[in-house]
Amino acid sequence: MTLTATRTRWLQDNGVHVAVAALLLFNVLFTANFLTAGNFRTQLVQAAPVLVVALGMALVIGTEGVDLSVGAVMALAAALIPLYLGYGPVPAVLIALAVGLAAGGFNGFLVARVGIQPIVATLALLVAGRGLALVIANGQLVQLHDPAFLALGTDDVFGLPISVLVAVVLAVLVAGLVNRTTFGRQLVAVGGNRRAAHLAGLPVSRVLVGVYAITGVLAAVAGVLATSRLAASDPADIGLLMELSAITAVVVGGTPLTGGKVRVLGTVMGVVLMQLVRATLIKHDLPDSIAQMIQAAIIVAAVYVARERR
Amino acid sequence: MTTTLASARTKVLQRQGAAVALVLMVVVAWLVFPRFGSLDNVRDLALQGSFLAVIAIGMTFVIITGGIDLSVGSLYALGGVLAAYGSQWGFFGALLLPLLVCGLIGVVNGLLIARTSMAPFIVTLASLLFARGLLLVITDEGATTYRIAPDSAFVELGRGTVFGFGHPVFIALVLAALGGLLLNRTNFGQNVFATGGAESSAILMGVPVARTKVLVYTMSGVLSGLAGALTAAYLQSGVTVIGVGTELDAISVVVIGGTLLTGGAGTVLGTMIGVGLRTVIQNVINQIGTLDSNFQSVVSGVFLLIVVVLQRTLRR
Amino acid sequence: MPTEPVIEVAGVTKAFAGVKALDGVDFTLHRGSIHALVGENGAGKSTLIKVLTGIHQPDGGEVRRAGRISTIYQEVNLIPLMSVASNLFLGREPRTRLGLIDRAKAIADAQRILSGYGITADVAQPLGSLSVGEQQMVALARAVEADADVVIMDEPTSSLEPREVETLFAVVERLHERGIAIVYVSHRMDELYRLCDTVTVLRDGRKVHSGPLADLPRIELVSLMLGRSVSDIRAGGTTAFGEDHHAGKEPVLEASDLTSRPRLNGVNVTIRPGEVVGLAGLLGSGRTETAKAIIGAIPTQHGTVLVGGKPVPRGNVKAAMRAGISMLAEDRKAEGIIPHLSVRENIVLAALPGLSRFGLVSRAKQDRIVDLFITRLRIKVSSPEQRVAELSGGNQQKVLLARWLCAEPRVLLLDEPTRGIDVGAKAEVQALIDELAKEGLAVLLISSELDELLDGADRLVVLRDGHVAGELTGGELTREHVLAAIAAEPAEVTDDADRH
Repeated sequence: MTLTATRTRWLQDNGVHVAVAALLLFNVLFTANFLTAGNFRTQLVQAAPVLVVALGMALVIGTEGVDLSVGAVMALAAALIPLYLGYGPVPAVLIALAVGLAAGGFNGFLVARVGIQPIVATLALLVAGRGLALVIANGQLVQLHDPAFLALGTDDVFGLPISVLVAVVLAVLVAGLVNRTTFGRQLVAVGGNRRAAHLAGLPVSRVLVGVYAITGVLAAVAGVLATSRLAASDPADIGLLMELSAITAVVVGGTPLTGGKVRVLGTVMGVVLMQLVRATLIKHDLPDSIAQMIQAAIIVAAVYVARERR
Repeated sequence: MTTTLASARTKVLQRQGAAVALVLMVVVAWLVFPRFGSLDNVRDLALQGSFLAVIAIGMTFVIITGGIDLSVGSLYALGGVLAAYGSQWGFFGALLLPLLVCGLIGVVNGLLIARTSMAPFIVTLASLLFARGLLLVITDEGATTYRIAPDSAFVELGRGTVFGFGHPVFIALVLAALGGLLLNRTNFGQNVFATGGAESSAILMGVPVARTKVLVYTMSGVLSGLAGALTAAYLQSGVTVIGVGTELDAISVVVIGGTLLTGGAGTVLGTMIGVGLRTVIQNVINQIGTLDSNFQSVVSGVFLLIVVVLQRTLRR
Repeated sequence: MPTEPVIEVAGVTKAFAGVKALDGVDFTLHRGSIHALVGENGAGKSTLIKVLTGIHQPDGGEVRRAGRISTIYQEVNLIPLMSVASNLFLGREPRTRLGLIDRAKAIADAQRILSGYGITADVAQPLGSLSVGEQQMVALARAVEADADVVIMDEPTSSLEPREVETLFAVVERLHERGIAIVYVSHRMDELYRLCDTVTVLRDGRKVHSGPLADLPRIELVSLMLGRSVSDIRAGGTTAFGEDHHAGKEPVLEASDLTSRPRLNGVNVTIRPGEVVGLAGLLGSGRTETAKAIIGAIPTQHGTVLVGGKPVPRGNVKAAMRAGISMLAEDRKAEGIIPHLSVRENIVLAALPGLSRFGLVSRAKQDRIVDLFITRLRIKVSSPEQRVAELSGGNQQKVLLARWLCAEPRVLLLDEPTRGIDVGAKAEVQALIDELAKEGLAVLLISSELDELLDGADRLVVLRDGHVAGELTGGELTREHVLAAIAAEPAEVTDDADRH
């Protein structure tokens, strides 16, 4: 391997950790009020739904696919919550998750059984999903008052906000799924070399449907978390461009778009990095516009670095 | 010959499916809503559709090369703001500034996609974000709305009419005709089909694949900027909040019009029919009144799904 | 014969990553000649073609071209969704006075030109609606109509039906009459002797022969392609022993009448426990397809496969594996290794469900079995956790062998198990195959190297053009017999078939 190749490889694998460390250091030194519990709490709460979606996205990308419908699924979940909150928070949340499962399963069916490219298959739901959510919600933002449901977004357990805790637990679960289960290993094999996986007798279709279904559920979870924090169901705005944030975090975290590899810790760090970038820019009075443009540059740079060498 | 039969069926469905749906929609709408056929309503419909049509023509070329351009919605909004901003330098300032800047972003899209083998969707998603950022910079984070002097020649471009039909309608029609000619009767058009049909074969056949890609994304950028400029001229100001999700509308009408999302086949005429279908459905939904206007995207999504599944299963 | 050379290549050398693909090759193509270029896999044919056409720049030596070269490739390289006419003219369409493409003229011209190639289909239809043979003909027309002085044809008949082959030959004759030089790459002896006047044989990147084809007996040509060796005697000895050993046993694999058009036409193979059956034949004779048809990785129109007397469902890899068949695929990179995964994971991949409980993988069980195979197959790794992409070719191959052994097969199909691995590893893999067979496994061994087959197999099935051209056992297991079966003149084929 040449020196540049080794360096690129190292950058792919460890770049995100170095970047997070550097940004933390920068903020500790130059940002007022950075090292406060309150600030960390805000940052983590903002990042939690993105992380939940990104975990699913990492799995899909690991199979050499992509799911553009995650934001729309979040909106669907958000739209359903107020309809069923009357039966209590648990049924409402379960319905939201079930719809996420169905949506993801449908994507998986299109990809695995009908044989449509992932980007095309999930595009239909991206187009229709948010519209459907808005139709369900009558295009309205609905304020929510159920205390138990709102506690999801406001309360702490063990000193950590519930949403952050949920995201961390899910990250651990997904890491376990990828590394310790038959399903996870088959997933990575399917993404790494689909023909070889097929010739090795692996249940390729079943794995793909499963992966998209999981991603749908995770997007719905993110929709529930974001809705409870907002104390309102806002299908017009919730999860807008979430597919972009999630893909960015996954790619920045060192999971290649070409599949065959899922880096869960990298994805977590990718989410943290993008959150830190945003926070740093805002805290230094750079406007949102510049923050967006810098994010765009980071995405392109990360995808560029993560390209697989032939 | 089952393959020939299947391809013939595919062809009919692709070429005529959207047209049949459009005719049916128009007939039903006419019968159910007396106002639908009125000249005023027809003029309204044509004008509404024209902005999307301009964007969708560029998207048609991009999709035929096997790519996708998700940045068009942002470029559309950016184009409008730039036109309003540029109107201080007169007609040409208002027209050329958006074309130049949006075209430049298109060039960058094309270069990144053609030269670095990055996936089109991710590159154009990034420029979606970038263009929104740029728009916010120009408008002081959305606080400033630039206005265009009501009596300027540029406003006439958006609001003027011939036979009661707005100028943008004629511009869209001329561009569609030119687009069709470019696609079917020039070497560039053949290269577009070849690039999307089988890229590696195209390279072996001597097609300048990279240059073709750069050109289609540039075209898509320029046309999105133009659509934005026309909208600004019509609204007499650069509205910052338009264009969210417009990329999805554009992709939907292109695909519903029979262009393969996997590349290699498609027509500008089909795209125009797709635009017509979408505009009519929107109008019908509005006329019904009790239906949520968001129903539109549900219908689009379902149409898109049906078309994509049909394209896939008929190709087997 | 005209002597004016249209392409002249002298002492050309080309290396990829230090491996010499061409080593001092000379090649002279005369105007009006039909020149056969032959050689087995890895002999350097495709590299030479790419040097001729200018796609590759040689590292050393000289290339002189005195004319335009067009190439048609083995796989059709056209655009299926575009019309036949567009494909024919892409890049040089007829124009109207306004500079626009003249579609009416393009279609009329295309119809006229292609009728000379036996194509009567509507040229306004998409190319994809034509048969593969007709598409190949369009590619040929495109190449020729570009006013080429030289046309290079890379296995043009490999996907054609017999009728289409005749049309192709007629076109080749016509080009020949027009004085166009042709480089003709093929493995089909009949075609070569029918069409070509001159032959150049490549082996391992070197030119081993060049001269008039008519003077060269078929058997000598095959022998030149496959290389000479002195191992014949040894091979005879081994097999004699092997045959005694297996004669009485019931076959564990019985594949009959396997047909997968157009590559495979009614192939029968049986293997007994402990037996190594070799599949011999030139490239494209249906060796790989036979293995893939047995495990169900390609669709078959006919044929049954029995394992231990029980039928195996067709076209279903998983079912075939459950029945006890495993296949080591030919293309290690595309169909074998999963590059991002570790050695351990690549080994246990197919056996994963059996090594797990409630879907949770058991590392202890995995480590035990992986250690076992790493030791047993002598796989050189720094640790089982090393990425498989970092291993040498030979060790990757052993990892794949371990993967299939993990699945505890009764029948092991090995497609080119020693291709592209170094000499030491090769001997080890060959020894392993012997060992496995001794333990009772039924092995189907595919190899382009005749010596490997003669050394390793107890019995040989010789394939030609998707048919079984002969079966050799015992004393027949010699180089001469195999070459005779491969190179047989059409008349002798019938004799052969009658005899068996």
